[in-house]
Amino acid sequence: MRTYAGHSSAKESNALYRNNLSKGQTGLSVAFDLPTQTGYDPDHELSRGEVGKVGVSVAHKGDMHALLDEIPLDAMNTSMTINATAAWLLALYMAVAEENGVDRNALSGTTQNDIIKEFLSRGTYAFPPEPSMRLIADMIAFTVDEVPKWNPINICSYHLQEAGATPVQEIAYAMSTAQAVLDRVRDRVPAETFPRVFGRISFFVNAGIRFVEEHAKLRAMGRLWEQLGRERYGVEDERFLRFRYGVQVNSLGLTEAQPENNVIRIALEALGVTIGRDARARALQLPAWNEALGLPRPWDQQWSLRIQQILAFETDLLEYPDIFEGSKVMDGLVDELLEGSRAEMAVVAEHGGAVQAVDYMKTQLVESHRARIGAIEQGELKVVGQNVFTSTEPSPLREGEDAGIMTVDAKVEQEQIDAVLEWRAARDQSAVDQALQALEVVARDESMNIMPATLEAARAGATTGEWAGVLRGVFGEYRAPTGVSDAAAPLAASEALTDLQDRVERVSEALGRRIKILVGKPGLDGHSNGAEQIAVRARDSGMDVVYEGIRLTPARIAATAVQEGVHVVGLSILSGSHRELIPDVVAALRERGVDVPVVVGGIIPPADEREMLADGVARVYTPKDFEITRIMGDIVDLVAERHGVTAGAT
Amino acid sequence: MSRPGDASASRVAEGAALGVRLREGDSGAAAAALNLIEDRSVGGREASRALLEEVSPRVLGGEAGGHLIGVTGPPGAGKSSLLSALVASWRDAGRSVAVLAVDPSSKRSGGSLLGDRARIEHDPGDDGVLIRSTAAGTRLGGLAAPTREAATALAPVFDVVVIETVGVGQSETDVAEVADTVAVVVQPGSGDTLQFLKAGIMEVPDVLVVTKADLGDTAVRAKRDLATALSALGSRGTPVLSVSSVPPPQGIDELSAALDAHRVTVDLPVARARARRLTALADFIAEHGERGLRSLGGRRSATRLLDNEGAALGVPALVSVLERRARSSSLQL
Repeated sequence: MRTYAGHSSAKESNALYRNNLSKGQTGLSVAFDLPTQTGYDPDHELSRGEVGKVGVSVAHKGDMHALLDEIPLDAMNTSMTINATAAWLLALYMAVAEENGVDRNALSGTTQNDIIKEFLSRGTYAFPPEPSMRLIADMIAFTVDEVPKWNPINICSYHLQEAGATPVQEIAYAMSTAQAVLDRVRDRVPAETFPRVFGRISFFVNAGIRFVEEHAKLRAMGRLWEQLGRERYGVEDERFLRFRYGVQVNSLGLTEAQPENNVIRIALEALGVTIGRDARARALQLPAWNEALGLPRPWDQQWSLRIQQILAFETDLLEYPDIFEGSKVMDGLVDELLEGSRAEMAVVAEHGGAVQAVDYMKTQLVESHRARIGAIEQGELKVVGQNVFTSTEPSPLREGEDAGIMTVDAKVEQEQIDAVLEWRAARDQSAVDQALQALEVVARDESMNIMPATLEAARAGATTGEWAGVLRGVFGEYRAPTGVSDAAAPLAASEALTDLQDRVERVSEALGRRIKILVGKPGLDGHSNGAEQIAVRARDSGMDVVYEGIRLTPARIAATAVQEGVHVVGLSILSGSHRELIPDVVAALRERGVDVPVVVGGIIPPADEREMLADGVARVYTPKDFEITRIMGDIVDLVAERHGVTAGAT
Repeated sequence: MSRPGDASASRVAEGAALGVRLREGDSGAAAAALNLIEDRSVGGREASRALLEEVSPRVLGGEAGGHLIGVTGPPGAGKSSLLSALVASWRDAGRSVAVLAVDPSSKRSGGSLLGDRARIEHDPGDDGVLIRSTAAGTRLGGLAAPTREAATALAPVFDVVVIETVGVGQSETDVAEVADTVAVVVQPGSGDTLQFLKAGIMEVPDVLVVTKADLGDTAVRAKRDLATALSALGSRGTPVLSVSSVPPPQGIDELSAALDAHRVTVDLPVARARARRLTALADFIAEHGERGLRSLGGRRSATRLLDNEGAALGVPALVSVLERRARSSSLQL
């Protein structure tokens, strides 16, 4: 039992962990900030506004020491949500254990390390697909003997569901990812070690609100995994064939409207993944009820921990053998999912496997997500408090001085910048230079394992940005597919959409050229699902849409707005860094002489919304604004108004 | 009280002023110029004509110096990665670059998703690089009139103006109407291109580029097959280059040199005059449609009409020639 936590500085996070451990939590789940996840130091241009925001900033060995201070590493199970830079963070963890006198054989925990889902959904990748896969294979090959209790990879179907995956897609893409990883590791370890490698692969699965089907999904994954092990990889030992997984319950379905309802959603989702013993989650993480509003406070996290404790200790859930044994309904559901998943896995295989199929899978996810959002807008998919039963009494939960969320002190960023400058000045520079040179040599030689050189750089005091910088130099930079270019036209335009298309046409005629919108994601936040849906709907409503994907600097957004001659700029930001980044973008636009309306979407608390509107942002949208067609209508009106033309019916 | 004519006169003046800035090499005017060129309203078109007149050879005193390069090929061939590498190489050589990325997507709603610029790596703080995405126009006039005009307008400002289009078969013909040099980009194993060349569906390009040289043997084989096909077609002179955009990039400097070498062989005044005539025709058709074309006696007679005009005439002057003729032969226009 644990909650995903970490914020601001390593010292603050350490205090939070020790507090949680004293409340009965049995492991650590470390959330890193986006610069750490994407391989940038706090003083990098792209880090602005993101340092310490969605997790803790770890720039070097010293930060890792502070993070783990007085925590017994040999008795701790530590889960790190880290992917592109997983090899580096594991090396820092090992270096700290070493210096604290803990044997690496005693280290247990997990690095998430699933890069495919970063390309598909979460966006914290750093290197192109092939070299990224090599890093993963290297880590697995290294840990299987050197850090035997470590789970080097946790394949995530979780984020696929967040990106819109249906249960079949979630299963098929996760299993295809596992296959791509295992195929690569097979070349890097002795044949007799391979079954153990197979046994160390674990999964991180989502649990949605359709909890009966979700339970069936887990049973189906267990069956597929065993089959994959036996048939493709010749694994026979039962211990290694067991499907090991942890669950984070769904955040996608949590609503901003009537947020107290989310507690019930979370409890039901947790029940779905624990109810049958044959497919019970080994580890469970629950989000906080107010995630759609902003950063949860310690009290919010405590509430989520209590849900698990009630399930485990008050209910009779854990007292029985598998309660679905012999259930025709459950078996039928499982068979249905298995059949669909095998068919979809075959399609991925036809593309050449998960790595080659990233474009294909991304487009499929964008499509599924579009269908889901469309169904909510049309009221076909009911979400209580959002599109049905929307009248509500005022919520006492949001009346506190902090409006029910936590904010990170903006000072943290400057402190971390100062700290990393100090760190660089104080270390033995020649040792670092030497270690980084050695790392570069290893990176260029695919036959070598990246881990020993990475560990050496960690010990020497290199920084996160330096480690990733060397690898970027060798492997090159990469931008993942956006999945929107191939999005199909809408099958049947609703009346609202047809009406919108007419308005877009009229305003475009009056302007002399088609309404052109720039959809941008400033900063390091990689959660692009919302921005993609906005881009596709803008296209469907008849606009020309410029979408450049994630990780854009304010300067790049402003340059694009100028060069492309757009009429309106839409920005999406979910990491909480809107308070720094939105004013930066607006200033960059104004500096370039771009006087077009700017609209913003994201998880934005009301106080911040008021401030943004005062600073010249034309509209702010939050998760409660789920009707995208209506948002598009607003945007058309804004453009029409700015140019003194009419959008109304004539 | 302002009269309606004032607004239109001031837009024309704005267009002319932008044209003057372009003529003087001011890249800061480029984006605004493109906005105007894309504006198909009556006022916008008048202003855009004033702009284009300012950059016509008649006013410039010769052809604009920028190298107009068409880059085309099937989807997935690696055009964007190649352009990233080429843009970097041109910038290293101190040459400014504009890329007009023509997106093929134009769906039922009329809207389009312009995603290409995301894939062309560039420094957003560098004013020596401009990337503009445009939706493809109707097929009626081939490459959309605004794209042709944009290339003309940017040629005095940027050292290199790339027109990037997608497709095989028609796209290189379209882009050849505007560009000084056309490079067709294919990836190894794309047998289509080979077949299209052999069958004459595709015209022989000025430079043929085979991407993904990092694939090794496959790339070498593809390059050899294409070179064989070309020489069988009697076109020994067409360079076939193998490039890789995966770091470290290979063959980029050679490609850049091959593009430059081709430019030297082009009789620029003749080629550009032809391009302007075709642009004027495309513009005329975009505005007046098939019916307008009929009133000129069809495409061939319209082309003949333009061929008789002075080679230094800008696009607006040529369009006027067509419109005057159409008016005189048909009162309906």
